[in-house]
Amino acid sequence: MSTADVAIVGVGLFPFGRYGAKPCMEMGAEAARAALADAGADWADVQTAFVGSYEVSNPDAVVGLLGLTGIPVRGVFNGCATGGTSLQMATRAIRYGEADVAMAIGMDKHPRGAFAGDPEAMGLPAWYGQTGMFLTTHFFGTKINRYMHQYGVTRETLARVAAKNFANGTRTPHAWRRTPMTAEQILDSEIVNYPLTRYMYCGPDEGAAALVLCRADLAHRYTSAPVYVRAAELRSRRAGAFEVQSPSLPLDAAPSPTVDASRAAYEAAGIGPGDVDVAQLQDTDAGSEVIHMAENGFCADGEQEKWVAEGATELTGRLPVNTDGGLIANGEPIGASGLRQVYEIVLQLQGRAGDRQIGGTPRVGYTHLYGAPGASAVSILSR
Amino acid sequence: MAGGLFTWPSDEPRLIGSERDGVISFPARPGEQEHLLGRRGTLWSFTTQQFRPPSPPYDGQDTAETFAPYALGYVELPGELLVQGRLTEADPAKLAIGQEMELTVVPYTTRPDGTEVLTFAFMPVGGADEQEQDGDA
Repeated sequence: MSTADVAIVGVGLFPFGRYGAKPCMEMGAEAARAALADAGADWADVQTAFVGSYEVSNPDAVVGLLGLTGIPVRGVFNGCATGGTSLQMATRAIRYGEADVAMAIGMDKHPRGAFAGDPEAMGLPAWYGQTGMFLTTHFFGTKINRYMHQYGVTRETLARVAAKNFANGTRTPHAWRRTPMTAEQILDSEIVNYPLTRYMYCGPDEGAAALVLCRADLAHRYTSAPVYVRAAELRSRRAGAFEVQSPSLPLDAAPSPTVDASRAAYEAAGIGPGDVDVAQLQDTDAGSEVIHMAENGFCADGEQEKWVAEGATELTGRLPVNTDGGLIANGEPIGASGLRQVYEIVLQLQGRAGDRQIGGTPRVGYTHLYGAPGASAVSILSR
Repeated sequence: MAGGLFTWPSDEPRLIGSERDGVISFPARPGEQEHLLGRRGTLWSFTTQQFRPPSPPYDGQDTAETFAPYALGYVELPGELLVQGRLTEADPAKLAIGQEMELTVVPYTTRPDGTEVLTFAFMPVGGADEQEQDGDA
């Protein structure tokens, strides 16, 4: 069976932030309409859609606002990897011939504060939640604390990463947090989970993002600058991986699912980390971005200290990371977050990123999601 | 806390895990052989909780105002596994990865009827109190 190459021909965003009573579904529909307008396409052209959300239990109902055309539409939820999962499923629908034109849409509208939940619904004992151990943020503090101890990464480096993302946010008109923060302010803000401070964390918020994808040989109908999906891979955790919400761990450790998803994506794309010009890495917190630089193969463990000191991941660096400010500046509506990453990479590869446009002629972009309880999605996109 | 989590009452409480085909689990899995875990290990990593967790599921009787920050971390039990637990020391400056820790049992909340509820925690070995006691050792 021959399979089709897949191109992204339109991207749309309902900027992430706080919108009071505005329904989440409307945000999803507006992002979808923006992506269709970007492609010069009509909803009637779309032959299948994948719609991700955590807070909306039936996000596929967005067709009620876009038009009841009878196409197959699937709701998607896969934790923080939801957006990458929607991208992968839409890509496969085209690759394997279900549709010539597909959409990936994501939307969410989270209440303020840390995610709460029922441990027993996650297969964990009740005491784990009752005694105050069932918080995803504990994982981030624990993992980066160990990583800093093992590889000599400093708190100053974490603060510089967060400051970089805030700085990129000031150049991004649609970012949620657009106030610059110095590394000193970030270090001096209150500790949430040692060693992570308040301004090293992203926050939950609201928003939506959408993509129009099509068979690569049809892309010229919609755009003169298609961005090709060279890989879209998803992996779950293996036994021994250190993950959120683990009351215990085996002594024999396995790498994060990020490592597995990343390797699979490089192999599928025939592209190595040295070929990547611009990346979006899951920055739930500044420590996560630091760890993910190595887990995605861009540097060795511990080299982040030098990379960050040299500004290698800033807009002018050799591998700009989270050019729109990432999760730290945009927040994380988890159904949409991964598609926001793709939106930014597409703009960068097309030279449409305005004040935050990186230099040169970037050809290869990379997106990475990681989330509870151990899922990672990686895509490699190219001109 | 939940029965079956640690041996109690006891001067030297042990966590109750389970074992099957040489693989040790904690908490114990139904249908597996009971395996009492070792009481001492080394601190693998830790973090702190500086604000009151969302409730539910947290059911401490404190309020946002009376909440006392706590630390929690993983302790590597040699030859067994890493267990996550609360630490008796909440100040990260007084904790170090690699230091020796020992299991203890601490009160963590009081039910409305006055019942004190206990849970397990890990305590630094050779902490201030013990150093005084063990001064001549």
